[in-house]
Amino acid sequence: MDRTQRIVSARIGRVFIYALLIFTALLYLAPLYVMIVTSLKDIEEIRSGNLLLFPLKPSLYAWQKAWSSACTGSECDGLAPFFWNSLRIVVPAVAISTFIGSINGYVFSKWQFKGSNYLFGALLLGCFIPFQVILLPMAKLLAVLGLANTVTGLVLVHIIYGIAFTTLFFRNYYIGIPTELVNAAKLDGAGFIKIYKLIFLPLSKPIFVVTIIWQFTQIWNDFLFGVVYSGSGTQPITVALNNLVNTSVGGKEYNVDMAAAIIAALPTLLVYFFAGKYFIKGLTAGAVKG
Amino acid sequence: MKSALQQLLPKLVLAPTTLILVVCVYGFIGWTALLSFTKSRMMPQWDFIGLDQYIKLFDNPRWMVALENLGAFCFFFILISLLLGVVLAIFLDQKIRSEGALRTIYLYPMAVSFIVTGTAWKWILNPGLGIEKLIREIGFQSFEFRWLIDSEMAIYTIVIAAVWQSSGFVMAIFLAGLRGVDESLINAAEIDGAPHYKIYTRVVLPILRPVFFSAIVILLHIAIKSFDLVQSLTGGGPGYSSDMPANFMYTHAFNRAQMGLGAASAMVMLFGILAVIVPYLYSELREKNG
Repeated sequence: MDRTQRIVSARIGRVFIYALLIFTALLYLAPLYVMIVTSLKDIEEIRSGNLLLFPLKPSLYAWQKAWSSACTGSECDGLAPFFWNSLRIVVPAVAISTFIGSINGYVFSKWQFKGSNYLFGALLLGCFIPFQVILLPMAKLLAVLGLANTVTGLVLVHIIYGIAFTTLFFRNYYIGIPTELVNAAKLDGAGFIKIYKLIFLPLSKPIFVVTIIWQFTQIWNDFLFGVVYSGSGTQPITVALNNLVNTSVGGKEYNVDMAAAIIAALPTLLVYFFAGKYFIKGLTAGAVKG
Repeated sequence: MKSALQQLLPKLVLAPTTLILVVCVYGFIGWTALLSFTKSRMMPQWDFIGLDQYIKLFDNPRWMVALENLGAFCFFFILISLLLGVVLAIFLDQKIRSEGALRTIYLYPMAVSFIVTGTAWKWILNPGLGIEKLIREIGFQSFEFRWLIDSEMAIYTIVIAAVWQSSGFVMAIFLAGLRGVDESLINAAEIDGAPHYKIYTRVVLPILRPVFFSAIVILLHIAIKSFDLVQSLTGGGPGYSSDMPANFMYTHAFNRAQMGLGAASAMVMLFGILAVIVPYLYSELREKNG
């Protein structure tokens, strides 16, 4: 192969790479595009057109209905009440599980005691169990505590089964903070709480962001706990969305389904687009390393 | 006095987590295990009948379908996600302009709930109005795509949606892996005149074997826990043809008053996950310790 031939074939290679990457990107974007255009069409247009056609006379009818009057089973108040339910579940559950994870991680990384490593191992294994194996007894416990079918009950469940991951995140982060720092502070007379407040907390901002985003996404997107432990009126948005799609009072309205799906996805999508860097960090940290 | 408190504090901090771990993780697993040896139906009751529920489980055609589906799902979901993820990662690693934007696009489905994914794909794959209509309008009049209502093929619609959601994640961990490969190795191979693709198949990918290993374990873990996507995309149907073990467990434990059977199926899922996770964690921890 002479020089020009080689350059030409390298060029073709580059073009091929770009073409494939862009084509795949379009494929990944297609479902979102289809959801958006479908949500803006009326049912007539959906039936006569196809998935990719742009809406001729875009309307927000489906969005309005999905938000405030679509039926999610026997009630027909749209997704709005369930959106607030999810928020009422997510905020305390994320705050508390993140805080507990932080002090747990602090102990596991810098205040190890006899047996703490075994405890951490046991906790780590707890990250991976299929939740099916705790569903029945947890339902019993919630009933005993009088928290069955309540928002508080769901908050509690999310805290309990979120701690393993939040602890893992903070422990792996704090392990990178030099122990000499802790020892020096101890010599100066600082204790457990003071060292945490004055040294670790100020250094923790990035890992707090990663953990909060991770927990927010996990809990907002949860369906299993939501469907098992909520009752009518306390369901999170994922459960309501599933009910909405499967309730067909007078004909299927695909535009409403799509608007509802986007509403349910919006909070986590926004977080992803504005703080994607941290989301990816959590994803790879949570998934790969122990 | 003060130092005694200092000694105690770390343990005190971990006490709630330890309690949760003992009761709500390992205690509950024990409770479910016990339940699986009883003939509990609506309510837990403690008449022990040995392994009868497990025998019943593996005689149950619905459970066997769920296991077969899990097998097919694992195979195709993992294979396609890995192929796509690796190819995208390698192509993105060729000093691509706007790599960041492309990465963001490949990964955004990961931020969305499986219920949203299921709702979107249920519409896209709609027999009659979805992809089928689109392809017909392009000119292929007799094109048919009705996997959603085909009991042989419904499980593969779940593969499609799951690949869309998770392959970007595989891309992300492989890209991180590729960035960690020592460049001098690649340069040396280039000087030897090896063609570009061979550098990858002979040099780079073998170095990334641990990343393959991690990715497979994580995808397997996602697959065994699959519940939401099935629930929202096919509802396990037509009939129970696209059920998976997690859906079987939910249906029998919570809708059909077959608590003992549900508990037995949860235990089988747990052992499935442990068979994957324990060797993985063991090898990860051993690697780190020496």
